Amino acid sequence: MTLEEKQLAIIEEFSMFDDWMDKYEYIIELGKDLPKIDDSKKSDDKLITGCQSNVWLDSNFDDGKMTFFADSDAIITKGIIGLLIQVLNNEKPEDIAKSDLHFINGIGLHEHLSPTRSNGLASMVKKMKMEALKVC
Amino acid sequence: MESTAKRKFSVREIREDFPALRQLIYGKNLIYFDNGATSQKPQFVLDAINRYYSKDNANIHRGVHYLSQKSTSDYEDARKFIANYINANSTNEIIFTKGTTDGINLVASSFGELLKEGDEIIISAMEHHSNIVPWQMLCERKKCVLRVIPITKKGDLIIEEYEKLLSSKTKLVALTHISNTLGTINPIKEIIEKAHLVGAKVLIDGAQSIQHKKIDVKDLNCDFFVFSSHKVFGPTGIGVLYGKEKILEKMPPYQGGGDMIKKVTFEKTTYNELPFKFEAGTPHIAGGICLGKALEYVSQFNMEDIENHEMMLADYAQDLLSTFEDMNIIGESKKKTSVVSFVVDGVHPFDLGTLLDKQGIAVRTGHHCTQPLMDFYKIPGTVRASFAFYNTKEEIDVFIAAVEKGISMLK
Ligand SMILES: Cc1ncc(COP(=O)(O)O)c(C=O)c1O
Repeated sequence: MTLEEKQLAIIEEFSMFDDWMDKYEYIIELGKDLPKIDDSKKSDDKLITGCQSNVWLDSNFDDGKMTFFADSDAIITKGIIGLLIQVLNNEKPEDIAKSDLHFINGIGLHEHLSPTRSNGLASMVKKMKMEALKVC
Repeated sequence: MESTAKRKFSVREIREDFPALRQLIYGKNLIYFDNGATSQKPQFVLDAINRYYSKDNANIHRGVHYLSQKSTSDYEDARKFIANYINANSTNEIIFTKGTTDGINLVASSFGELLKEGDEIIISAMEHHSNIVPWQMLCERKKCVLRVIPITKKGDLIIEEYEKLLSSKTKLVALTHISNTLGTINPIKEIIEKAHLVGAKVLIDGAQSIQHKKIDVKDLNCDFFVFSSHKVFGPTGIGVLYGKEKILEKMPPYQGGGDMIKKVTFEKTTYNELPFKFEAGTPHIAGGICLGKALEYVSQFNMEDIENHEMMLADYAQDLLSTFEDMNIIGESKKKTSVVSFVVDGVHPFDLGTLLDKQGIAVRTGHHCTQPLMDFYKIPGTVRASFAFYNTKEEIDVFIAAVEKGISMLK
């Protein structure tokens, strides 16, 4: 699947929920399934402080593709991270750097990425793109 | 609105006065439990805002024309009403500010000018950042020393420790009346008395008390009392600094500009009298007038009725929340009001807040601008429900069910 196809698949998946609580139930499950970053590896250079919840981000560049590992102390934040990783993992850095992550809007979660939400997600997306740019 | 015969306290009727309470959020009836952050506005205040801008709008204090005189007298009448409301001696003691934060900064900057190296300022461990940072800045500027009254785990000030901090070096005690995070009502009268014994002045941060308690500055004998209009059903961007006239007289002006001067020449400027000495520039005229209206609205009620109702809500919410597993109530003072802060083991406050929001319930999550207090409890933040007199027991029932649902999803 291309990056765009992955986004469309998520939008499709979310269109099944007609209730906010169902949507969040799903996101929470994603958050619970996302592998944790080991506490010992949560160094400060990987930490993105939001005023409400913290995010840790790590990345790998291998064989022309990026992989991201991320964690958060808040489970909803983590679930949304899970979605972002689904979309951006195994993509070329240049595609990541120029990607328009419209699915977030498409599934009604744009409020979580607003810089005023202070959960670290907006800065995380920025950082994911920066890390992609570094290896472009 | 005449304030002698008090209006019967009926929550159902009070709710009718607040249009913002009648709306659906995500298809659910709004339950507004974020009153500690700001309060909703009654129609009485909304009408006054509208009337000011649609009819009476004019700049004050300088105009010869009808509207300017009308808005000047409305603005000054509001000042009179406020002076009466908190039982100040005169309108000279009522300075309009932008809010609590602005009032504290005014005192830190201007009263602070009178301090010397080595002088001490006492605050407490439960202060809002607004009542910490201005004093830190002052201490840096003037080489003064900041002392902090510790609290117990339950959230009460340790008075014996306070007594130990007091000395002839203490020049100011700046303390919150009610903690926005814990709900603790501090014994400020006792604290003020003790400070005066060593010759220190006392500033009371009334941001969380003006809407819940009868404030009588003469009876309290505080030297300064600050509050924000928006937390007491008035508009944002306006607030009050009450100061004893004798002290305000000695303090240098805060900001320079129009309105605060008597005469300006390039050689020397003389300053206006109180309260204008501290009010540079065109003020928030509508704000001042409508803060007066907000207090007029509140004054139709018996403050005791408001207090009793809010206390009942807070006790009810706290009792129900306490039955949850892994629940930690943050702030368990015997003397608290209208705020219930909590954390659930294994549940991030931000997550629970998000799920409550989607059920139409507005609460606050995070550190509530009291980071040192969060450090004391070793938690990143809490979920805080804060009540006003228009909230109901039924809303708390819905809230409790929503918390239960949220926790079961998150655990
Ligand atoms: C105890 C306390 N002090 C000060 C403030 C600051 O008030 P404002 O932001 O209106 O200046 C608040 C408001 O959150 C508060 O609760």
